[in-house]
Amino acid sequence: MKRRDFIQKSIGAGAIAGTAFAFGGFGRLLASGLYEPLLPFDLVAVKGGEPEAMFEKAILSLGGMKAFVKKGQKVVVKPNIGWDVTPERAGDTNPKLVARIIKHCLDAGAGEVFVFDNTCDNWAKCYKTSGIEKAVKDSGGKIAPANTEAYYQAVQVKQGKNLKNAKVHELILEADVFINVPVLKHHSSTELSLSMKNLMGVVWDRGYWHRNDLNQCIADYATYRKPDLNIIDGYRVMMRNGPRGVSEADVVTMKQLLISTDMVAIDAAATKIFGSEPANIPYIKKANDLKVGRMDLKSLNINRIVM
Amino acid sequence: MASSPLRQGRIALSLILFLVYSVILLDLSGTIPVRFTQSVLFLQFSPSVIHFFTLASLAGLGFIIIILSTFILGRVYCSLLCPLGVLQDITARITRMITHRKRYHYSMPFRKLNYMVLILVIIATIAGLLLPINLTDPYSNFSRISTGLVRPVLILLNNGIVALLEKIDIFTLPRIAFKNFKLTATIYSAIILIVLTFTTMWHGRLFCNTVCPVGSLLGFISRYSLFRFQIDETHCNSCGRCAAFCKSECIDSKAHCIDVSRCVSCFNCLGSCPSSGISYKRGQKPAIVPDLHPGTDQERRALFSYAAALFSLSALAFVPREIETGKPSTLPEKKKNPVCPPGSKGFEHFTKSCTACHLCVSLCPTQVLKPSVFEYGLSGFLQPLLDYHASFCNFECRLCGQVCPTGAIFPLLAEEKKLLQLGKSIFLKENCIVYTRKTSCGACSEHCPSKAVQMVPYKGNLKIPKVNQDICVGCGACEYACPTKPYKAIFVDGHRIHKKAKRPSEKKLEQKKVTEDFPF
Repeated sequence: MKRRDFIQKSIGAGAIAGTAFAFGGFGRLLASGLYEPLLPFDLVAVKGGEPEAMFEKAILSLGGMKAFVKKGQKVVVKPNIGWDVTPERAGDTNPKLVARIIKHCLDAGAGEVFVFDNTCDNWAKCYKTSGIEKAVKDSGGKIAPANTEAYYQAVQVKQGKNLKNAKVHELILEADVFINVPVLKHHSSTELSLSMKNLMGVVWDRGYWHRNDLNQCIADYATYRKPDLNIIDGYRVMMRNGPRGVSEADVVTMKQLLISTDMVAIDAAATKIFGSEPANIPYIKKANDLKVGRMDLKSLNINRIVM
Repeated sequence: MASSPLRQGRIALSLILFLVYSVILLDLSGTIPVRFTQSVLFLQFSPSVIHFFTLASLAGLGFIIIILSTFILGRVYCSLLCPLGVLQDITARITRMITHRKRYHYSMPFRKLNYMVLILVIIATIAGLLLPINLTDPYSNFSRISTGLVRPVLILLNNGIVALLEKIDIFTLPRIAFKNFKLTATIYSAIILIVLTFTTMWHGRLFCNTVCPVGSLLGFISRYSLFRFQIDETHCNSCGRCAAFCKSECIDSKAHCIDVSRCVSCFNCLGSCPSSGISYKRGQKPAIVPDLHPGTDQERRALFSYAAALFSLSALAFVPREIETGKPSTLPEKKKNPVCPPGSKGFEHFTKSCTACHLCVSLCPTQVLKPSVFEYGLSGFLQPLLDYHASFCNFECRLCGQVCPTGAIFPLLAEEKKLLQLGKSIFLKENCIVYTRKTSCGACSEHCPSKAVQMVPYKGNLKIPKVNQDICVGCGACEYACPTKPYKAIFVDGHRIHKKAKRPSEKKLEQKKVTEDFPF
């Protein structure tokens, strides 16, 4: 009841008044329907540093976390915690990066920062082995469960072609700010796992996606609730046997980080870094067609930083 | 009644131990250390015996301690350590409070039945048919009542509390999924609990002195115990007060005689005698055990029919069964064998040494372990199997082998587990999304921890699963993840005997130097 009320209220307020800041990123998006116009860059790419240092550079060049998080707001940071593997295996987002993002959110005045993922392996083991549970707790965030259907609320994906309905984690629906933090890695079903693919961890019934053209469903869901910020962890990159990987032999240390409000753009750039072409990743093209973002990297204002 | 200090001590200690057993069996959060569980379950009689004979290890010596203690003190196991015994005491207490029933009176032993069940259990267990011991073993029955009846209630309760906390934005307590619920196991446990409640109401520890094989064995030993309860004929005026408090119904006050083979050493009688005619002390001569008396006709018939049913069940158990899942539709998965737990060595060893106590079912982090019905044949009734429609076996996890009290599941080394092949993955192309709908899927390959399931080029840009059975560990991740309904397009067929998988190739990738340029 509480959630539904909140959504209705925020939609109403966003549409009528267009008061962007009252409801954070969600309100902004609904009010403008466009990409963040205030930012100096469409995409920031950093390479050659440690995860935390690269993130510091990137967020600074977008005006700091204060551009995204306002005082007292509820923030959800959604890393990839899908697998019961250590950080060296690069199957999950780098815990150091997650911790630094949480710190920046809290420094910017966030009321609460929640972290969760609908994992593939046993959730408690994933949270622990990935090092993310500890990183979250140590940095002042709150790790939340996502292991049963009861955490998910039914929503409509109005612009979806194949995916018309989904059950979304309640924290996503309640959050003022949603920060998506995937890890760049190979993926056996979709070629690559990137920011749009990472959103499969905020919904419940992924089987439906797999049954109904996985790539289309990924693009469809990207139209529903765009993250306010996407940060792709390319520090360690799983080059094959993804998304779980078999051993550390699958991993190459690339020391890259991308940050953008545009999921299509950031996924296209990450694809290039991996060594593939965005046009060969079906869900990037489909999302581009649905106008979720822009895959044409030439048209973007990119800040490239080498450390 | 003036309660003796021994009785009070027995009650206090038994309740503490009862609580400890319950906590171990119902550890929903997985916080109890494995070592603690091992050391507490060490003293459970039947699991310990089986453990001793399957592993020939020191870990199975608990039962020898119990036998020695019985030689010295009588059946203290039954009153202190046996959780089913204590459960009966608790239900007797509760029902007495509610119904105000009269207490007990002396009844004749069912000695023949007693030993018949014991012999049946021993012979069947040696022959590798565990059904008789599964159905009669007190620890396993208690454990099943905990995991089959209490655990579901606890999970519901937990999830209710979580829902309340969530309203005030507290997410520290997680909901608990319930993937390995098996109605058959719950109904069976409920029947046992109801039957026991009635037998305790009418005749106290009747179960322990007629059906329970551990009770029978220890009862036989306790005839020769050093310390025992004795009636001093010079003080006794046959008032029958002690008999009224004797839940084993083994004191014949008229004959001044105590049937020590049925006595569970509860000390209830000690303080009950107004003239201090009962004492617990070193026996002077071998205990007098009353001869077999006929019980009432009704009771005898009921109990004999129970025994007959047990016999016929165990005879049927010789018929092996293949398991068939589902109805005919697109293409049903045809599993020749159920998948047994990792460390169980396979069908043979597992079915011959598991008493179906369901401790592993309760503690399994992924809840892939589930009570079977007849998948292992009749004799394997309720022995756990891995249900890959519910969940899958975590690649690194070895918990079931670490906690198994009977040695049905051996503890595994970390490296051993990762190369253990429980079964082989089989791909049914005709059910696969890629084949039927011509769209990408690959959920099976995603979940595969050894990449035994690879996506290989198919039509156009599509890729389709291909299984390399040599490196498959049979964990069931592919089967679980496969989104097709009602039948999966990929499934694991269990091995009769678990094998060793080949190690996946691990050619290291070339590490590149970070350059200054960006590809965009």
